[in-house]
Parts: sequence; structure tokens; C-alpha cells
Amino acid sequence: MSVKDTSKKGASYVKKSPWIIHYDAASCNGCDIEVLASLTPLYDVERFGIINTGNPRHADIFLVTGSVNEQAKPVIEQIYSQMVEPKVVIACGICACSGGVFKTCYNTMGGIDQVIPVDVYVPGCAVRPEALIDGVVRALDILEQKRAAMDAGLPVPTPEVKLGVETPRVLHTQDDPDESGTPIEPAAQGGEGAKR
Amino acid sequence: MAKKTLVPFGPQHPVLPEPVHLDLVLEDETVVQAVPQVGYVHRGLENLVDKRDFQQFTYIAERICGICSFGHSMGYSQAVENLMGIEVPERAEYLRVIFHEMSRMHSHLLWLGLAADAFGFESLFMHSWRLRERLLDIFERTTGGRVILNFCIPGGVVHDIENTELEAIVSTLRGMREDYDQIAATFLDDASVRSRLSGVGYLSKADARTYGCVGPMARASGWDVDVRNNGLGAYSALADFKPVTSQDGDCYARCQVRVEEVRQSIDIITELASKIPDGETLVKIKGNPAEGAESLTRIEQPRGEAIYYIKGNGTKFLERCRVRTPTSTNIPGMCATLGGSDLADVPNIVLTIDPCISCSER
Ligand code: SF4
Repeated sequence: MSVKDTSKKGASYVKKSPWIIHYDAASCNGCDIEVLASLTPLYDVERFGIINTGNPRHADIFLVTGSVNEQAKPVIEQIYSQMVEPKVVIACGICACSGGVFKTCYNTMGGIDQVIPVDVYVPGCAVRPEALIDGVVRALDILEQKRAAMDAGLPVPTPEVKLGVETPRVLHTQDDPDESGTPIEPAAQGGEGAKR
Repeated sequence: MAKKTLVPFGPQHPVLPEPVHLDLVLEDETVVQAVPQVGYVHRGLENLVDKRDFQQFTYIAERICGICSFGHSMGYSQAVENLMGIEVPERAEYLRVIFHEMSRMHSHLLWLGLAADAFGFESLFMHSWRLRERLLDIFERTTGGRVILNFCIPGGVVHDIENTELEAIVSTLRGMREDYDQIAATFLDDASVRSRLSGVGYLSKADARTYGCVGPMARASGWDVDVRNNGLGAYSALADFKPVTSQDGDCYARCQVRVEEVRQSIDIITELASKIPDGETLVKIKGNPAEGAESLTRIEQPRGEAIYYIKGNGTKFLERCRVRTPTSTNIPGMCATLGGSDLADVPNIVLTIDPCISCSER
């Protein structure tokens, strides 16, 4: 379903207002309502022509909030593959960047970059609308680079998906609540983690 | 008989910011059955009690949901205080209720905006969210955060809010009230709003009881359940508290209840700010929860009753934490309401229970 091979020499890519699509992977809502808040009168990104659309085919920028779990993974991959190049992915909030406070939960895979390539990381818990708008502005530059590459018939520069190099899932022992706990093999995790 | 079709609703769709997924069984345009599918935002955070001690877990509890975040930290803190027999300073109780009511207002304004968006009234959406920003400004000024406040912790609140600041809050709310009355009048009297909401998604009082509905959903069906009625914490200081109810049980009634509750919250805050006693706002917690000690607290979240159950095991880690959130309780009622409705009304009905998926899936 992906529309990747349109980058033929000669096709020209029109510069247009960036449209965004938003998906909540497994967030706490805090970041989602900030994404929506940036569309409303105080921050009002619509005055720059940024519109929130529900259709992946129309969107240039994919805003993802929250950490990924197994159930959300196929949905994110699907939305990503349905978007047309050039496209940019923004991870909104610390959950989407790395897993955040939920990183050590049993049902969390980590950040969005475990599943799809992420171009811009916007940290914050919850992400502030100002930071978010800054992230979108950065995304515009990247979008421009991608467009230029496509115009020149070059492959579109896409960051890596980090699934292969998955950050080890850390399970802490009871007297070691810090991030420095011992990594446990996934197999062993079932026994320990499924205690209750 | 018409052929049955299965229409998936969600998880990614334009109206709701959250991944709600329903399988709708349709006969022509009428919904015969709605089957909810869950798990899109399940993170498994109750299990984190293994890795975060009971004080740190307050911050995790707050991140159960970003909309009613203050309520979650308050409910969890109360559960811990019950468990360990801690007396919270009275001023802290008042501040908690004031902030809880402000987060109810922000949640309801958020909902009113989304509802306006769902029935296609874009400018009303913008106006509701514009008003809501004033509350977020108050949060930011007093606690530093806009949606996640980290203000309430076991033992009280992190820092005091000065009386002058409280006066400023009250006067901001007074100013808000005039603007709010205009929006509220549009929500309640506008013909197009009425025609979209009246008679849609009817739930009778008996059904509300059968399905165990809570919060505005139950109150809109004429059932006056409200945990605030029990007068826990600073709610006992209120001269008069009566849950807002409506008898109609349709989408319009649910909208009406929330519209009125915002006004009620302004009144509660104004009253408590005038009565607040001086004094400490935080007591230090020493020791660990006792082995086998259990506690259960209820609070009234913007979406209804939430229950927090925790159990200690003698260490600083809790044995178990369990939260029952209002949305998970309201989903059976919502599915019952959806049966027999038109497909075009589904977004409205789903929205009027004010679904909070990250609460219910945690
Ligand atoms: S970064 Fe914070 S506010 Fe955003 S989804 Fe994660 S926990 Fe919620």
C-alpha cells in the first residue's frame, strides 16, 4: 500500500501548507490535549495553514503521542505507510521519544522509533504547545530537504527504525528503583513480571 | 429483514483524539449492536508499583490520564493517607478541592469543545477551548504545569497557594463566568444544537442503574449519584451541595448537566476560597505501609466516580494498586444506548459519555 516509488526525476513536488495527522499510540492524553490546544485560538497554528486532518493520504506530518504497545503498532505502521512521500514523523512528548515514565511497563515497547522512523523528537511531559510548534517548524525544514531530494531523483533521507537495537527492557529489583536495574531476558520477564 | 453489516469505528478517526474502537453491527443505517474493542492504550501502569515506591507512584498515578490528572493524584494520595492513618492539614484539603474543581471545569470545557466539534459547530469548539486556556494559565501560574500538575502528593500539597493568589483565581473565574454564560446559552438554546442532541441516545434511569453508570451520564438520567455528596475532605465545608441532575436521559441532558456543573464548580471554588483556614499544607510521611494493610477511597472525577484500592506489604513498595475509572464503568451503558441509534449519531453518543480511554485502559 505504500506510495514510495513516486520519486521519479521530472515529477515536481509543490510546496504547500503542511497538514498534520495525529495518532495517540498509548499516551496518557496529556500530550493529545496539548496537540489539540495548539490548534485552538491561543496558539492557533491554523493561521500558518497547518490543518489537522483525519486522512493519512492528505497529511504531510505525522504527530504521534505516547509510547507504543503491541496493539497500537499495526495502526501506526498502517497510517505511516498510507502517507505519501515526502512525510515527516514527529514524536510528541517524552513517552513518544523514549517511553517516558511508562518505559518499564510490561505492555510498552518504548518510543515511536521502535516502530517507524522518527524525524523530530519533541520532549516534555506534557509537551508544551510552544515546543510542539517549534517541532513542527523544524519538521518543515526536513520536509523541504526531502522534497528537494525527491525533485533531484535521489532516495528520500529517512531515519532508521530502531527496532533491531531495542533498548533492553529493564526490570528493577525491589531495592533498586533507579534506572540502573539489571536487564532481564524477555523469557525470564514472563515469570518475574507476571507475578501479579 | 435487512442484511447485517459490520462497520469498524476507529481507532484512528477525526473526531476523537483517542483511539476508541467499536465494532458496530448495522442493519441499514441502524445500529443493532456495538462491541467495544479495548487495549490500544493499555500500558500496564498498575504493575509499576513493583518498581516505584509509594511516594513516587503518585507521579505515575497522575499520568493515568492527562485530563483528570489532578483527580488521580488526589485519589491516590487519599488512599495512601487512609492506609497509613495520616491526617492531612485542613488548608491542604481545601486547596485540593479547589484544584480538583478547577480541573473539573477544564475537563468539562474540553468536553464541550469536543462535543461541539462532533456535532459540527466549529466556532463553539474554538470558544470553549479559548475559555479553557484561562484555567490552564492559572495552573501554570500556580503549579508550573499546564495539564500535568504534580501538585498533590500524599500528606498534602507540594506548596502553599497564598491568599492573594486565591483571590486572583476567584476574580479570574468571575471574569470567565460572563464569557461562559454566553457559550452556555449557545449550547443550551441554539436550535441546531438542540436538533442534533435532543432525543438522541436515550438512557432511562432504570437502565442507568442496571448498567451501573456513574457521573454526568447517570445524573443526566435523573439518578443523583455523586461522591461529593458524601462530604469527604473540604466538601464537608460547603454550605449546600446538590448534584446537578436532569430527567431527560438523552445527549442534550448530558450536555446540560456538564454545562451546569461548570457553574457549580465556580461556586464551590468561590465559597471555599472565602472559607479557607490558614496553616500548614504538608505533613511529612514517615515509615512504610504496614503489611496487609488495605485502603479504598472514592472520589468524584469529572467523568464520575473513581475508586482507588491499594494494599501494603511492609516495604516502601505497595503490594497492589487498583484503580477503577469512570469510563470503564460507563461503557456498558454506552453500548446499550448505541443499540437502535442511527449510524450518524454514533460519534455524538460516544462523545456524550465523555470517554477517557487512557483512564479505562491504563
Ligand atoms: S509525555 Fe507525559 S503527558 Fe505526554 S503522554 Fe507521556 S505521560 Fe502523558
